[in-house]
Amino acid sequence: MGFLSFVIWTPIVAGCLLLAFSGERYNRLVRWAALLAALVSFGQTILLYSRFNPILSDMQLVENVPWIPGINSNYHIGVDGISLWFVVMTAFITALVVLASWTNITERVNQYMGAVLVLSGLMIATFCVLDALMFYVFFEATLIPMYLIIGIWGGPRKIYSAFKFFLYTLMGSLFMLIAMAYLYTVSGNSFDIATWQALPLGATEQTLLFFAFVAAFGVKLPMWPLHTWLPDVHVEAPTGGSAILASIMLKLGGYGFLRLALPIAPDAAHRWAWLMLALSLIAVVYIGLVALVQQDMKKLVAYSSVSHMGYVTLGMFVFSEAGNSGAILQMLAHGLISPGMFLCVGVLYDRMHSRQIADYGGVANTMPRFVALAMIFAFGNFGVPATAGFVGEWTVIIAIVKANLWIGLIGGTSLVLAAAYTLWMVQRVYLGPIANDNVRSLRDINLRETVVLCVLGLSVLWMGVYPKPIMQAMDASVVKLTQHMAQSKLQ
Amino acid sequence: MFDATSWVVIAPEMFLLFMACAITLLDLWVSSTRRAPSYWATQITLLVLALWNASHALALSRPDFPKAFYGFGGMVLADAFGSWMKCFATLALAATLVYARPYSAQRQMLQRGGELFTLSLFALLGIYTMIAGNHFLVIYLGLELISLSSFALVALRREHLLANEAAMKYFILGSLASGFLLYGLSMLYGATGSMLLPEVLQSVMQHTAKRDILMLGLVFIVAGLAFKLGAAPFHMWLPDVYQGAPTSITLILAAAPKLAIFAVMLRLLVTGLLELAPQWQLMLMVLAVCSLLIGNLSAVMQSNAKRMLAWSTIGQNGFMLLAFVVSHANGNNLSLKDACAASMFYMLSYTIAALVSFGILMLLSREGYECENLSDLSGLNHHRPLYAGIMALSMLSLAGVPLTVGFYAKFKVLHALLTVPTTLHIALAVLAIVMSVVGAFAYLRIIKIMFFDAPEHGQPAALQAGYGVRATLTFNGALLLVFGILPASLLQLCEQAIINMLRHMSGLG
Repeated sequence: MGFLSFVIWTPIVAGCLLLAFSGERYNRLVRWAALLAALVSFGQTILLYSRFNPILSDMQLVENVPWIPGINSNYHIGVDGISLWFVVMTAFITALVVLASWTNITERVNQYMGAVLVLSGLMIATFCVLDALMFYVFFEATLIPMYLIIGIWGGPRKIYSAFKFFLYTLMGSLFMLIAMAYLYTVSGNSFDIATWQALPLGATEQTLLFFAFVAAFGVKLPMWPLHTWLPDVHVEAPTGGSAILASIMLKLGGYGFLRLALPIAPDAAHRWAWLMLALSLIAVVYIGLVALVQQDMKKLVAYSSVSHMGYVTLGMFVFSEAGNSGAILQMLAHGLISPGMFLCVGVLYDRMHSRQIADYGGVANTMPRFVALAMIFAFGNFGVPATAGFVGEWTVIIAIVKANLWIGLIGGTSLVLAAAYTLWMVQRVYLGPIANDNVRSLRDINLRETVVLCVLGLSVLWMGVYPKPIMQAMDASVVKLTQHMAQSKLQ
Repeated sequence: MFDATSWVVIAPEMFLLFMACAITLLDLWVSSTRRAPSYWATQITLLVLALWNASHALALSRPDFPKAFYGFGGMVLADAFGSWMKCFATLALAATLVYARPYSAQRQMLQRGGELFTLSLFALLGIYTMIAGNHFLVIYLGLELISLSSFALVALRREHLLANEAAMKYFILGSLASGFLLYGLSMLYGATGSMLLPEVLQSVMQHTAKRDILMLGLVFIVAGLAFKLGAAPFHMWLPDVYQGAPTSITLILAAAPKLAIFAVMLRLLVTGLLELAPQWQLMLMVLAVCSLLIGNLSAVMQSNAKRMLAWSTIGQNGFMLLAFVVSHANGNNLSLKDACAASMFYMLSYTIAALVSFGILMLLSREGYECENLSDLSGLNHHRPLYAGIMALSMLSLAGVPLTVGFYAKFKVLHALLTVPTTLHIALAVLAIVMSVVGAFAYLRIIKIMFFDAPEHGQPAALQAGYGVRATLTFNGALLLVFGILPASLLQLCEQAIINMLRHMSGLG
């Protein structure tokens, strides 16, 4: 078993162990054990980064052993520049979520922490596997813990949301399963993703495969008009669940596009790029407008996520190096900012049990420390320079303006929209005079909450000020991917 | 004709027959209400048989060994496929009886005698006979032995009204199905002039058989088998019988006999009537589509757990049957092998999941309280997280979610279906997955009831089942996960068994 296997299986094994400690009396132990496991897992991913050689474009730390010899599927894992940062981010956000859920999860703590850790391991595995069947297994398996997290610890309409989440995404991925069964057959019984990427395919085949993948990843990302599950789920999920969902789970979709959909069917991707770009622009502009009128803070952040994910697809479907790295940077930036936004809403919700913007006003007067940190994420959300959001959005915009000025102009309006809905929310919730007695009696955040928001806020600033290590590590792989996508695979 | 090989071939059957009779006699001297001596004698018999069959299967899969042994002039045969199916049927019955004993004892089903054990042994004998049969009459004999034993088993709770009604329905419709099958077999005999499967195959291949009679016979055979398997539109008996019968008996019906019916389906259709593949594939396709639609859509609306599982069985049968619908154009044996292996794997994975789900229902029932409504499971995670988790695994496996064995079952079938990707096959695959999502709703609902809902009855009474039951159930549930993560061994076993069977039976491969 190699190092990468440890990175994958540590959180899963730890999470399963926690399931054995049910009962109130273990709550304290379980919380600390979960935090320890999450920190160990994060430490492992840092070591992973230190072992990673950014000059190479190939897969690194590869492990390849037969897994199901009968159908030629292998336990084949490895990281390249594209997956590396998602792995690190997954472990990072998991540790923060464990800490953020310290006191607001009081029921069946062991199952919650177990589910979060198992989920973390499954998502890391999804980013690392190079075997399509395993990819599907882990990609789908993430649904189980998330379904339980939403359904057990969620809000009033949790059951509706949990079902919507599970069935919607299951439906999408089953189309991908058909595509995989087909690719397996035409590739001469191979599940190797690299083999599939090199496989010549006809135009019609590629189109069908491409849309099968879009069904899976477009739901997950989500793309307009497949996004309708997201606002419902975010509103009902517990804070930690929302943070994981927005930060990492959505990125599984984006990652899937880069790893499977685009390299396997590049000609279809080029052919249908107009459609994807159009859908992305609708997501960016229309969903941005939708976010503007939301009354519920969580819904607003959820719609803002959909809008930001529109940038990811915009970046990918101009097929340039800057576009691809912009898409990845945008995903990473959103992976740091969106959990921050959700955790901020969670902090308020823990105190007031309301997410309605109208119930707040002038929070800055009673919670100055909290608002100072919350502003980092708000600014990040509309891409102010020196925050992570700037790096992501700016790279994408440069790429699309290069490709087509008009698309760039329409896409650019989202910067204005994002500023509008974010700042308007900030103004109505945080600023101004104290609106009512509930706000007057608010307590400022305690040490634990400060640590969580500080660490996350610093990471947002760090990525905004010094994104060089991130870009350096992914550069070689992105160049390779872009070159691959530029070549036709038609026979 | 009656040489030593013949007796070796049917040695497990002879042993089973002897033990069934011996236990029937032994039971006369047992007076305890829990029938411990009969029970343990039965379990030991089953264990011995499982090991015996497994060793046969392993020996028969060795390359330096003949692929199959025939006995009594070719009327019975022993091959790796048959031995594995017998072994799995035996294990399924053994697990069923572990779960069934406390449940049945609480319902006075063991008071008058140990028929539960002896009748299930005779049913198992029927299963063995059916699987070993290479001759129409032997197969039919086995089928009747299963049917008669199960009719009696369903009626085991004499004073229970619903069970009696179920037994009556089962008896009448089951007899009808047997009639269908017998009628079809007799037509095949008329058309080909032989009742031995290999001779039938020869006759069909050389086109000496009368085509129209052959086709008519085929229709009746497929209908009869669909009846016994429970595939729409021949499924009407299934929900009523599953719901009406005591849960222990439902599980006896749901697990082992289906393996035998499946084995006979493979033997009759795939190896015996391969020439007619285009015809029976069309019929099976209609059955599969109907079952998928009716089974999954109806499962969504049920409030009774046993009934819901019955409808889900129909949907699962539909999915399994899809694997048979691969084109067998110009001797494409590779896809045929894949298809049969896929359906065998599907049956096995379904059996494991069915054992778990009915086992949990029996575990949670106690004296004077039947756990059979979905609401009886509400809040199970609050007080019994382990069993809620096991039940959830079984539901996820039935829904085909990864990390459980059900996923590979579904994937194998889809793959088999797409080996020859025509528009029809892709459409079938799309229908199958759309219906799986519908079915997934029904399975997720059970998880929702167990995990998200609050307990309905407050603190439940302590479980009455002993540690043996709990350990078996936990092991059984763990199998879903173990084969879900490392399915290689089971997949390989299925493939090997199918390859062997295809080689020796139709001279293919």
